[in-house]
Amino acid sequence: MSTMKFTEEHEWIRVEGDTGTVGITAYAQEQLGDVVYVELPAVGKQVEKGKEMAVVESVKAASEVYAPVTGSITAANDKLTAEPATVNSDPLGEGWFVRIKLGKPDELKNLMDEAAYLKFVEGLH
Amino acid sequence: MVPFAGYEMPVQYPMGILGEHLHTRAAAGLFDVSHMGQIRLTGKSGTSPAKALEALVPADIQSLAPGQMRYTQFTNERGGILDDLMVASTGDHLMLVVNASCKEADAAHLRKHLSSSCEIEELSTRALIALQGPQAAAALGRLAPQCRAMAFMSAAFLTVDGISCYVTRSGYTGEDGYEISMPGEAAERLTRRLLAEPEVKPIGLGARDSLRLEAGLCLYGNDIDEKTTPVEAALTWSIGKRRRSDGGFIGSDVVRRQLTEGAPRRLVGVRPDGRAPVRAHAEIQDADGRRLGEITSGGFGPTANGPVAMGYVETASASPGTRLQVVLRDKPLPAAVVKLPFVPHRYFRG
Repeated sequence: MSTMKFTEEHEWIRVEGDTGTVGITAYAQEQLGDVVYVELPAVGKQVEKGKEMAVVESVKAASEVYAPVTGSITAANDKLTAEPATVNSDPLGEGWFVRIKLGKPDELKNLMDEAAYLKFVEGLH
Repeated sequence: MVPFAGYEMPVQYPMGILGEHLHTRAAAGLFDVSHMGQIRLTGKSGTSPAKALEALVPADIQSLAPGQMRYTQFTNERGGILDDLMVASTGDHLMLVVNASCKEADAAHLRKHLSSSCEIEELSTRALIALQGPQAAAALGRLAPQCRAMAFMSAAFLTVDGISCYVTRSGYTGEDGYEISMPGEAAERLTRRLLAEPEVKPIGLGARDSLRLEAGLCLYGNDIDEKTTPVEAALTWSIGKRRRSDGGFIGSDVVRRQLTEGAPRRLVGVRPDGRAPVRAHAEIQDADGRRLGEITSGGFGPTANGPVAMGYVETASASPGTRLQVVLRDKPLPAAVVKLPFVPHRYFRG
């Protein structure tokens, strides 16, 4: 059983047990445009909620991706190095960025569920 | 849509920057560049407008035959570039195309220096569209067959789908193509007519920038400005031979001195190793970490299929092959000086 949560910076996290898979939302990839480069953190790195964790570069500009939760990186999606456009084609699936072992599981409570996030995005227009 | 020099401009159309860029290199892209300034320069009482304009630019304008055009720059007393522009001769007057962000200042500059000898008309009601790419000639040729025979950097008055236009075979992508000047009221109809051709798609500012960067063409305000000279900006090819010896343009003492003694820095192509794009203002260092200058334009080149950039380095480090590093997010990224352009020009030489 997994739960999916969202940040106001347009990251998603899908939590299974004590680990969360993280990526950027469909809205985020659409705003960025064609993604041409992704810089991912090394496995083992400690990340802190709300701090820069990765960089995604589109033809337009470079954007930071923030850690949705505090924890340590257990996996990085190397596929994005060779095929960064996967972020555009499948942002919620194959286009995932990293897996994080949750350091402070309580932080999830402060993130939005999908319905709240979709409402949040609607409010941006 | 983004604000650009007082205009609302599209960064991209639904195809997206990457798709628009590749489409222009493969077929034909249409760019609305009506924001650019068009100025007509006519000599008063027998004065040659070409001779008059040479007081402000380093190109050889007097040798321009009717129907030819040339790239040049307005220079200041320090040899810096006030704007870069295209100058076409119709025989009895000159047609200038200048940057949108500089057009008022350029007109004032022309009036200040040339109003006694020339009529200076800002053609602000005229529109300008660019049609660029290997299939541009096929598309435009259906509406104006004479355009096919025009050579790169030539200009002609043509009737396109019944509209009187001033067409040049030129552009800002490194590809074959045209810029079409026409009365503003005709622009929407002709634009829609050209977009109805099977090869043609609309292209936004995003791809305009990536195309010109791959072609190694300077963007005013990024790669060239009042503090950079044509010699530093590697634009010496645009300085007329006669002008090098005779001077006679604003700042010619500085430019001529740099031509003989060399300039302290030079604009070069920079190719970062790996896949990470570097952007404007990133510091350029030598292999030991000493500052050499900075990136002035940079991004991802869709046709080059990798990061491409231009920037200024000390002249001693300007030869192709020189190893550099570029500081990206506080980390040095290895890079090399490369010969421009990143993507070969494919102009139609006739």
